[in-house]
Amino acid sequence: MIAVWKREISAYYKSVTGWLLGAFLLIFAGIYCMAYNLSGYTAKFAYVLSGCSFIYLIAVPIISMRALAEEKRQKTDQLLYALPIRLSDVVLGKYLGMLTVLLMPILVIALYPLILSQYGTMEYAPAYAALFAFFMLGACLLSIGLFISSVTESQVASAVITLVVMLLLYFMNALASYVSTDASASLIALIVLVVLFALVLQLMAKNPIVSVGVGVLGIGGLYLWYSADSSAFSGLFSDMMESISVFERFDTFVDGVFDLTAVVYYISIICVFLFLTVQSMEKRRWNE
Amino acid sequence: MIEVKHLTKRYGGHTAVSDLSFEIDKGVIYGFLGPNGAGKSTTMNIITGCLGATEGEVLVDGHSVSEEPMEAKKRIGYLPELPPLYTDMTPEEYLRFVAEAKGVSRKEQAEQIAAIMEKTGITQVSHRLIRNLSKGYRQRVGIAQALLGKPEVIILDEPTVGLDPAQIIEIRDLIRELGKEHTIVLSSHILSEVQAVCDSIMIISGGKLVASDTTENLTRRFAGTQTLRLEADADEKTMRKVLDRVDGIASVEVKPEEKESTVLLVKAEEDKDIRAKVFKAFAKENVTLLEMTTVHADLEDVFLELTQSDAPAQSETAAQAPDTAEEEKTGEEEAQ
Repeated sequence: MIAVWKREISAYYKSVTGWLLGAFLLIFAGIYCMAYNLSGYTAKFAYVLSGCSFIYLIAVPIISMRALAEEKRQKTDQLLYALPIRLSDVVLGKYLGMLTVLLMPILVIALYPLILSQYGTMEYAPAYAALFAFFMLGACLLSIGLFISSVTESQVASAVITLVVMLLLYFMNALASYVSTDASASLIALIVLVVLFALVLQLMAKNPIVSVGVGVLGIGGLYLWYSADSSAFSGLFSDMMESISVFERFDTFVDGVFDLTAVVYYISIICVFLFLTVQSMEKRRWNE
Repeated sequence: MIEVKHLTKRYGGHTAVSDLSFEIDKGVIYGFLGPNGAGKSTTMNIITGCLGATEGEVLVDGHSVSEEPMEAKKRIGYLPELPPLYTDMTPEEYLRFVAEAKGVSRKEQAEQIAAIMEKTGITQVSHRLIRNLSKGYRQRVGIAQALLGKPEVIILDEPTVGLDPAQIIEIRDLIRELGKEHTIVLSSHILSEVQAVCDSIMIISGGKLVASDTTENLTRRFAGTQTLRLEADADEKTMRKVLDRVDGIASVEVKPEEKESTVLLVKAEEDKDIRAKVFKAFAKENVTLLEMTTVHADLEDVFLELTQSDAPAQSETAAQAPDTAEEEKTGEEEAQ
């Protein structure tokens, strides 16, 4: 695991990726810090991070695209499969490499509150809590990016899909507010989701019996539930959308609340996606 | 050392390897021979744990590749068809990464890497980026990677594909050298290569093992009799008359060639050397013998015979067409 981790870090800093990410984060953190803290006379450092969070839309695809897609293209994944190391260690090493590359500029940003404290009273606790949440948000998004990289064949496909997913997550809350809270609308949206899921299943497993079965069972289940208790469906879909909005969780930290459930939420998402990444690599070993 | 038991691999409806079983003994260089798409790479990928088998199992030194992958993989060094190199690293950095991943202790790393780089001849390029190296050097780095951690078995998938003739000879010498310390399995679709390097040959076709024996036995099995190609400054009739006096000749046939001289193919009876007798007979009759060469029926015939019929070897017909045995390379390109 450590060998993979070291190799990842050296790869990021040998190419422009690592430096580019650092530069981007620092430039935007600098601009927002100027605008809010220095020109705007507010002592809340969390606003800076809140302003910066959109950087992840670009940063995450850039960091995660090469992680596994590139290994596949160069056929170096054969080496990883043949080495006497567990696939989970490979995935973990790669993930830690990405985290380290993200952590570097964040450590520099961590100096900002100290510098700002020279010019007035600074509340360290909320500032660093927000910074921690900012890192956790990034870590969570990176795990999603890593998974997407593991299921795509090329860097470009990986980057584009990750970008789209990041955009969806970023605007999830806004989108949720446009969704009708009507019960029947929720039902239709959920049925569409089930159909999409069955399609994805068909593409990946190529087993029509299973995917059609899942689709029929899902739609049937939803319909039965709807006829039994249609009131449960009102607002269900928009609630679901809000609950997967990872960016939303970060905002509570910006408001100065240390939300432990959000931390648990992030860690669970990370675990789920790392697990899925290992599974997707394992699957490639069976039908390459 | 390695036991492959009833290995089957299916991709959807296509069967790449079907019910393959064989054993690999310690200290032998094995050649894994077959036409493109015969299932060589698939089998090697399964042995090294890069691919899962549909049925059957592979034991490396008693450890199952699927049950105890760590133990099994430690004993194998693998060079896939395309060397898995990180082109943004130098060979030295790359080998250090692999050594660390293989769990070579920090103390031993530097020493082992230096020794292996020396052995594979990449010391002088160890500080250049792999992306700037020639194909021959890349292949060497790939082999060096397989040697790290001192595995007992080295598996090389088409190690000389895409190299120039000089590089091919160098890599073959290297493989022979490595064969003194390791068990080696190499795959190839080029017969002369396997014949030149390997002690034992396994021929695979359509995902099945069609022949497995030592190189000598296989060659002998299909070329047990000596065949001479005689060129003389005389007509066929005279030559046949001369040959009538020689004992131990099984058959004589004319090889039509557009020359002033006559060319005959003379087959000796089994296990008989008729060269001296033939020479003396011609000398005695004062017929000028311009050329006498032994025609080697080599593995090319065995190979074509076995892989075309797609069934286990039944006849020695291959040995009856020795004129196909001249320098011919199978120049097929990889179909993938």
